[in-house]
Amino acid sequence: MISNIMASAQADGEAVSAFLHPERIPILIGTLIALIIFFAYTYLARRGGLKIRKVSGLDAVDEAIGRATEMGKPVLFTPGWGGDIQRPTTIAALNILNLVAQKTASYNCDLIFPTHDPVIMSAAEETVQNAYINAGHPDLYKPDNIYYTTSSQFGYAAAVDGAISRIKPATVMLLGTFEAEALILAETGNSVGAMQIAGSDSTIQLAFFLVACDYTLIGEELFAASGYLSQDQEVISSIKAQDIMKIIIAVILVAGTIAATLGFEQVAEWVV
Amino acid sequence: MKTRLPIAVCFVFGLFTLFQYFTADPTLESIYKEILDWMQIIFVFTLLVGVVSLAKIHSEKLIKKRTDWPYSILTILGIVVMAFLGFAYGTDWGTPFLWIFMNIQVPMQSTMFALLAFYVASAAYRGFRFRNREASVLLITALIVMMGRIPLGHMISDIIPGTAEWIIDHPSVAAKRGILIGIGLGSITTALRVILGIERSYLGGKGA
Repeated sequence: MISNIMASAQADGEAVSAFLHPERIPILIGTLIALIIFFAYTYLARRGGLKIRKVSGLDAVDEAIGRATEMGKPVLFTPGWGGDIQRPTTIAALNILNLVAQKTASYNCDLIFPTHDPVIMSAAEETVQNAYINAGHPDLYKPDNIYYTTSSQFGYAAAVDGAISRIKPATVMLLGTFEAEALILAETGNSVGAMQIAGSDSTIQLAFFLVACDYTLIGEELFAASGYLSQDQEVISSIKAQDIMKIIIAVILVAGTIAATLGFEQVAEWVV
Repeated sequence: MKTRLPIAVCFVFGLFTLFQYFTADPTLESIYKEILDWMQIIFVFTLLVGVVSLAKIHSEKLIKKRTDWPYSILTILGIVVMAFLGFAYGTDWGTPFLWIFMNIQVPMQSTMFALLAFYVASAAYRGFRFRNREASVLLITALIVMMGRIPLGHMISDIIPGTAEWIIDHPSVAAKRGILIGIGLGSITTALRVILGIERSYLGGKGA
């Protein structure tokens, strides 16, 4: 009988491994935990009152657009060369673009959006146009201000550099996925005296942004921007869920470190 | 409908992509590969949209003689000439298309890349000034790391390269990993918000 149960369990295990990648099961468990936390916080969001800490880079968005309006100069927003529409950083950048566009529409300030990717261009056109409609100023929307440059990295850098040098925007927002073009753009923005807000998912480029820009969104701040700026409780709830996940990861890392220090190598390897 | 359809498409494909990552089912894997092929096809068409947009903007600029219109002549000329040469003579070695690419575009790209060295110098000058305590820490750390990477550092003392290695391997990696964990979690929650339709800002706001 025991052998029958063992055989049945083994068959079940084989069926599961045939359907699921065995090496990805820990990731699946992690994903399920993340989903549970995410949904729990989305449910809690209905009660309202969720708050997130102050992010100076995001507080500066209003100031930056106000400055551009006072100076009568445009705001230039570009999502960098490294990303495509599938990348969460690009989606985060488009979320911020929507909120920035609503503000530029309200203040009657020009918003320029050069990009290297035609799909991002189409999505940005839709985003900005809808933002202008939502702000009650559809007449102020200028389709020519959202344009494709080239898919070549330094061609894109040259095009955006040229635009910054000629237009001399009061505010430059470099939010998205940046690679080697990051510093070229940030330094050009700096040279024309623009107020610069930057954010990227590349730790290498973040270092450049930190020295060349006025405000830099570090790590998850870029992804939290839409919730922070819109104060949408559902979006803020997901940011709260993210914090809980971070605490869990920190606990796991500390546990792994302690296990490794005490010589429990197998436990440490399993945990980390 | 304009908002609901993209959200529905996003939900179905997002959930499917997430699910198929964990499954070893060959049918689902082949569907996923088919979706990736379709994405490539869609991208080629959107490239056309981009080129048309670029040509439209520069044609208008040229016709209406707006500021800096002479640059538009070069842009349009570039699009037309390269497209003509590509279609007429192909893009292999020895063709005029590749000659122009190698002798005009590549040097221009290299020039842009070379500018980076000067920008690094100017950014480093601003970043490493003794303005406050944090900037001072940055300056001292950078000096140690840079000295540790050149022969002069080794000549002065072996402690310098050792300290430089320690800075790169420990505090620097710890900070990078901290940021990367934040980025990873941010990416996951953003993706979930988009898949579940909670985040609609990219479609022009909640009420879009």
